Formats: sequence, C-alpha cells, structure tokens
Amino acid sequence: MNHSKAKIIRIVTGWISGALFGSGMIISGMVDPNKVIAFLDIFGEWDPSLAFVMGGALIVFTPIYHFMIKKRKKAINGDLFKWTSNTTVDGTLISGAVIFGVGWGLAGLCPGPAIASIGGGSNIILAFTLSMIVGMVGANQYLAGRLPLPIVGYRKDISAITAEVTSNSTTPITNQ
Amino acid sequence: MEFTIPWASLFGGMLLGLSAALLMLFSGKVAGISGVIGGLLNPQKRESSWRAAFLAGMILSLLIVAPLGFALPDISDKNILLVSFAGLLVGFGTRIGNGCTSGHGIVGMGRFSKRSIYATLAFMVTAIAVVLIRRLLGAL
Repeated sequence: MNHSKAKIIRIVTGWISGALFGSGMIISGMVDPNKVIAFLDIFGEWDPSLAFVMGGALIVFTPIYHFMIKKRKKAINGDLFKWTSNTTVDGTLISGAVIFGVGWGLAGLCPGPAIASIGGGSNIILAFTLSMIVGMVGANQYLAGRLPLPIVGYRKDISAITAEVTSNSTTPITNQ
Repeated sequence: MEFTIPWASLFGGMLLGLSAALLMLFSGKVAGISGVIGGLLNPQKRESSWRAAFLAGMILSLLIVAPLGFALPDISDKNILLVSFAGLLVGFGTRIGNGCTSGHGIVGMGRFSKRSIYATLAFMVTAIAVVLIRRLLGAL
C-alpha cells in the first residue's frame, strides 16, 4: 500500500470512527452527567443502564479484536498496531486512574462525552473541556520531567521514564 | 422490581465497540479519547491528521443523531467551578494513567490487557466512592 493511500485510509477511518463514537456517546446516554452519577451511585438509587454501554461495546469489539485484528501483523492500511507491549501494573497507572476516577465521580463527565457534547454550546461542557486540556498538558509536562507537582516534586530518572512512556503509550511522549 | 433492558444504551455501546474495532482494523489506532486528544497536544509525525479527523467526526456526530430524535441533555444546573476542577483531574489523571473509559474500558478490556483491567477497576471504584461520599455529605 502506498503512502498517500495509507494516509487517506487513516484520515477517513478516523473521521468515520469519530462520528460513530460520538453518536454512540449521545445515543447511549453517556453524555448525561446525571445518568453517569446515577450509574455510579450503587449504594443509592442505582441506574444500571450505563453498564449496558460498556457491555455493548465489549460484545462488539472483543470478538472482532480476537478473531480478526489479533491475527494480523499490520492494519489494513499497512500501519503498525499502536497498542502497548507493557504489562506492568505500576503506581503511575493506578494513581492516574484514581485521579481520573475522582474527576469522573465529581462531574459525571469523561473525555468522550465532553467532546461529543461540544456542539451543544453548553458553557459547562466548554469549561470542562478546557480544564481537561490544561490537565493533559500539565500531565505531559510532568511525565517529561519538566513540571514539579506538589509533594511529589519533579519526576525522577527521566531517561528511563521517557523510554517507558515511549514504549507503553499509545501517544509516545518525547522531548523535542 | 421491574427491569427493562436499556436498548438505547446497549445500541449506543455497540456503536462505540464498532468504532473502536474499525479504527484498529483499518489503521491500527486505539480509540481512546484521552489518548487521541493527548496525542494532538504532543504532535508526532503522521499522528495528527487522523486525530483531528476523529475529533471532528465526534463533534459533528451531534448532527448525525439529531434526525433520529437524540439530543443532548440540559446540564446548565451544574456548578461550573466544580466541573472545571473535575476537568483538570480528568485531563491530568487520564494522561498519567494512560487512558480513560474508552481506551482502558473498551479497547484495553476487550484485549484482556492486565493494565487496563486494573486501571478500569481503579477508576470505577474511585468514582463510586466519590459519588457515595458526596451523597453522605448531602450533595454539594
């Protein structure tokens, strides 16, 4: 497959997947923070419907991955698969997930629903999305060893970290 | 207690799975939204245009589902300061933890990735605890 064809497939697939993803977010109800919080409220008036979102996603994705994708060396357009070979569960992974969990529980919003809701013109969504981008920039800077955090300070041993981040991230982070 | 299957949630979820499968099968990418945005903030060669296209598709999906009768909920009663603070945590946490509900929860779990299973458990348990604590405190 030549270069420009691979690129066209990459971009067209990106657009179609994005449109499907956003539609799924809106149709499923993930874009409603009150519904998300009701789903998380398992000790209160629990609304289990959003469990069907992850369930529905997994019953479609899992077989396609294991029976079609996993067997391939490359994607249809010739690009390499971008998943991580890292299998270590470390403190960075868990602390990141916990910090994300606090934010998700507080607002009932995560990155997907926020992006799918931008067109609605809500300033709540815009505020969330902008703060989220600021948080991401901060995290990228911290991971690259350029930004100290309260208590934790600078991330130490950057060379090992840069290698680790490059090998286990879907979005390699390098110092340029 | 009666329970009906939430068909819209199930169908919407299946669309998410289909989206993630197509993106990986055709171009090898992971449909993790925090990763897609995070990568745009730290651009690499051949890694920006598909991300921009993906996000454009997501933003425009509002127009695709509108004729089917699906619209966004009204959330104007939310506290903007609290939501902004949560946004910071979500952005920071998803980059440090290398994924969010989509990257870990769908793609990673579907691949049976140990890291993603642990991460998904960690953010689910934390979010459930936060909602519980807020309810005990009498919702801020």
